[in-house]
Amino acid sequence: MDRTHLKYTLSWAGLVVMLFVLIAVMTIFDVIGQYGMTTLVLIGINLIAAVGLNLVIGMSGQFSLGHAGFMAVGAYATALIASAIPNIGGFILSLVIGMSVSGVVALLVGIPTLRLRGDYLAIATLGVAEIIRIVIINLKITRGPAGIFGIPNFVNWQVIFGISVIVIALVVNFVRSTTGQAIIAVRDNEIAAASLGINTTKYKVIAFVIGAMLAALAGGLRASFIQSVSPQDYTFMQSITILIIVVLGGIGSMSGTVVTAIILGVLDVILQNFGPLRMVIYAVVLIVVMIFRPKGLLGTSELSLKKLLFDTGDSHDNHSKNA
Amino acid sequence: MTTILKTHDLSIAFGGVIAVDQVNIEAHDNELIGLIGPNGAGKTTLFNLLTGVYQPTSGTVAMFDGQRLSEMNGLPPHRRAQQGMTRTFQNIRLFTSRTVLENVLIAMTISSPAQTVGALFRTPKFYQQETDKKQRALALLAMFDMANVADELACNLPYGQQRRLEIVRALATKPKILFLDEPAAGMNPQETQALTELIQQVQTQFKMTIILIEHDMNLVMAISQRVYVLEYGKVLASGTPSEIQQHPAVIKAYLGEEI
Repeated sequence: MDRTHLKYTLSWAGLVVMLFVLIAVMTIFDVIGQYGMTTLVLIGINLIAAVGLNLVIGMSGQFSLGHAGFMAVGAYATALIASAIPNIGGFILSLVIGMSVSGVVALLVGIPTLRLRGDYLAIATLGVAEIIRIVIINLKITRGPAGIFGIPNFVNWQVIFGISVIVIALVVNFVRSTTGQAIIAVRDNEIAAASLGINTTKYKVIAFVIGAMLAALAGGLRASFIQSVSPQDYTFMQSITILIIVVLGGIGSMSGTVVTAIILGVLDVILQNFGPLRMVIYAVVLIVVMIFRPKGLLGTSELSLKKLLFDTGDSHDNHSKNA
Repeated sequence: MTTILKTHDLSIAFGGVIAVDQVNIEAHDNELIGLIGPNGAGKTTLFNLLTGVYQPTSGTVAMFDGQRLSEMNGLPPHRRAQQGMTRTFQNIRLFTSRTVLENVLIAMTISSPAQTVGALFRTPKFYQQETDKKQRALALLAMFDMANVADELACNLPYGQQRRLEIVRALATKPKILFLDEPAAGMNPQETQALTELIQQVQTQFKMTIILIEHDMNLVMAISQRVYVLEYGKVLASGTPSEIQQHPAVIKAYLGEEI
């Protein structure tokens, strides 16, 4: 049993290493260039945030529109702390603090709001994100609407690549854990889950808190990479950007989220050549995908190396993909 | 004979409608109780009160906790399930996006220790526990002839099998009391027959108290040890199946009076 698991884990690890080497080679021969590098990092950051949001929307079935607010918490934590302690230790500390603060805010917000459903929850989370943004605008320490500049940069594509891989692996493992399965059970049928002894509010809050912490991580990385933060970066539109990745990839499909984050990032680069037509084409692409794949690119299914490489016709356990 | 569940003057009112009105029932260990009554008599509402979906307007529900009857008022459904009460639903509520096996595994959540750290880093101990759990789930499914459909999605099962799975899933929580809400609804005679055997198998193999709401009188009268009859939220009569069949008030409630 353990050997087969090892085989899948090693295959995924092999794939990850191959991808890493591919990007490294491309940078050495200057195929992607500086602009490409920036795009790569931003794809990774969006991916981390989107994986967190998919945990909330896809796995626990709670519709959140407040992801930008939690990203802002992480971004400002990094902006303040990494500026004060401009070394790698300070940066890591800032990420940890950002994630913790974001997690606590999500906990405080989640316990009352996760009793709401559907549209009501969406509006409540949207409100929370706006509150966070307005608090940031009005606080002295965050320097109001102008934001904070000159944040030391500790982020390059290798860092983002590594963190993305770790985040995806941990989240995928989490979804398969007892806790993760309980979260999915609550999404599938809340009343039945409760009748089987599952504390539905608790599991919804767990998913919401982890999602918020991943958003803060993404925000912190972004602040350090762009070297500036301002409240305008974390408006409603930022939440929507992340939401689009989750919906297009397929709500509930982690591999869909990963694939879509990459596709949309690349699409963004290609569309730079079209000038003002860019947003029109982007919108058309979204509409076309929604018409032909209404459940998202991958629906609720996952890419599985096991199915691709080792399908021997024995489908006895089809849930041991390792990221 | 231990009393495992007891209600005292249990009532709930929705506005002016008193759906359950001062109901006193009790159930003993390893007893199969039928709960019958005309449509709208308050049977499912009583189930919802017992399992914690509704909180009563007045009265109490008490459950045997090993030493004595302890009151359960105010406890939400998941806490009652953790203490050994579980149920199936009139309209089937499975985790439709999950496989048959996963449905059972999810029900084992409360009896298995949370392994969050182990799961995140995929420790050998985690795999060991997962394998153990899976084997227990498969054994339970095999007991009810469902091991061959373990990897099917729950929503793809035929209707009778879905009902069956719901009962097996409830058993995975290791309940002391199992509430079955119209398990035979919508079943054909063969499926009802299989269900009857299933309920009897559950009672003999798992030694638990079962409370059953059912409109199929053949089923109720064949397997119940005692029957409660509900009408307009009140207990109209109680007794053994043969007593109930001859009870004038019950006949009147079901068939009306002779003119």
